[in-house]
Amino acid sequence: MIEFRQVGKTYPDGTTAVEEFSLTVPSRSTAVLLGSSGCGKTTLLRMVNRMVEPSTGSVLIDEEDISGVEPVALRRRIGYVMQHSGLLPHRRVIDNIATVPRLNGASRADARKRGYELMEIVGLDAKLGLRYPGQLSGGQQQRVGVARGLAADPNILLMDEPFGAVDPLVRVELQRELARVQEELKKTIIFVTHDIDEALTLGDQIVVLKTGGAVAASGTPAELLSNRQDEFVSRFLGLDSGARSLSAEKTDDGELLISDAQGRPLGVVPAQTDRADRP
Amino acid sequence: MSWILENLDTIGELTLVHLALSLPAVVIAFLVSIPLAWIANRIRVLREPLLTGTGLLYAVPSLPLFILLPALVGTSVRDPLNVVIALSIFGLALMVRSAAEALDAVTDDVQTSATAIGFSRVGRFFAVELSLAGPALLAGVRVVCVSSISLVSVSAVLGVNSLGSLFTDGFARDIIGSILAGIVMTVVLALICDLLLVLAGRLLMPWNKNAATVRPRLRKRRTQEAAA
Ligand SMILES: Nc1ncnc2c1ncn2[C@@H]1O[C@H](COP(=O)(O)OP(=O)(O)OP(=O)(O)O)[C@@H](O)[C@H]1O
Ligand SMILES: [Mg+2]
Repeated sequence: MIEFRQVGKTYPDGTTAVEEFSLTVPSRSTAVLLGSSGCGKTTLLRMVNRMVEPSTGSVLIDEEDISGVEPVALRRRIGYVMQHSGLLPHRRVIDNIATVPRLNGASRADARKRGYELMEIVGLDAKLGLRYPGQLSGGQQQRVGVARGLAADPNILLMDEPFGAVDPLVRVELQRELARVQEELKKTIIFVTHDIDEALTLGDQIVVLKTGGAVAASGTPAELLSNRQDEFVSRFLGLDSGARSLSAEKTDDGELLISDAQGRPLGVVPAQTDRADRP
Repeated sequence: MSWILENLDTIGELTLVHLALSLPAVVIAFLVSIPLAWIANRIRVLREPLLTGTGLLYAVPSLPLFILLPALVGTSVRDPLNVVIALSIFGLALMVRSAAEALDAVTDDVQTSATAIGFSRVGRFFAVELSLAGPALLAGVRVVCVSSISLVSVSAVLGVNSLGSLFTDGFARDIIGSILAGIVMTVVLALICDLLLVLAGRLLMPWNKNAATVRPRLRKRRTQEAAA
């Protein structure tokens, strides 16, 4: 479980990126931080592995305040995936994935073996293992990034717009793949994006942020879609303009009826189940 | 030409001596430039003074330096050590700026991601920054190497033997063959060392786009490893 307790961050140059932000991410669930550029998503994410120190408040992992945990050790047990894959260009794909187990003290052979397992998990052909990152497509690089994030078998995975730089088709495929992997591995994930569809696909819990890390709305995807009260959220989700292709309406049984832009019903979400508590 | 054929032994010996004077200087210049470059990048106010300052060392005329060094270091006038020290200083003058720029050009993205996956500061410097700066560092080392090999010749004037002795002797005794051999061997030596550096770069940095990719034999072995 990850807990942000009224965290705030003011950078040395005086920019206040986040103020009084609180959030609890239950174990084995995915929380999506959704918001437009500069609203403090990356700042929040990096507080979890101490790449950013909160100016106020604290972050807890499984009830432990991480300000007392040695940062390098902390990072080695938290997966991190970023936008441009962040792979080391001078190391082969397999060694990129094996880097974290190696840092954790695994032998080269064990680390590589683990690397090949992970390539299979994220749907990468083993023969790509000996290439350099520069010899892969953007989508393949992101898969390697995800594999590397999972390599130390961390409980927590931080993902900062991991699919932001790939084309829409590949993006959807990667999202599906991640959903499948998550179904299997059940990590605690914080996922940053400014793509609404991505948030709806992946999030058990979505937090919509305004500038300064202020929470505009939060809840399950179903709750957000049926929430038309907050003007900012409606506008952000495109619920008012019709730009959003999906909308949701509560039925008499408390279920959510999801419809497309033309009002054609697509399916029903049982609104009461909290997806975070799936067995 | 008969002079050359009769003196092949001497030429060969002087070539080795020439190498023994220049290569240590290249290595020293490289090793010293890295921490200096690191400091220049880390402490920004020191950057320009440090880089310009070391760069200006190159403007020190070589002959007076060769002559002054014994007094400064306490060596004898004909000690080859003087030559090595002087050449290291010149090499450093060339190398510090290119090392600082090479290290500075490593993108923040990669460094952030290396930090995020749990590299310590020191680990990141050696495993990531230094490696990624490799191609640019190599370019700097190549310049230093060629420059050192050509500069060593000056030492002959002081009576420290090198290929330069072939032309000082050649001029003194009017032997064209000796002068020619001195010039040609210096150039050949510089070319060979440069080529070896390029090859070493390809071997050590196969990931570099500007270098050739892995040789087929290696690739085959690695593919088998992948399949296993
Ligand atoms: N190191 C820093 N120093 C000063 N200001 C910073 C620093 N990092 C971020 N900021 C500022 O803090 C605010 C939030 O930045 P942050 O990177 O968290 O935004 P973000 O939501 O991740 O944006 P994006 O979607 O563009 O990645 C921005 O105004 C940014 O300019
Ligand atoms: Mg960001």
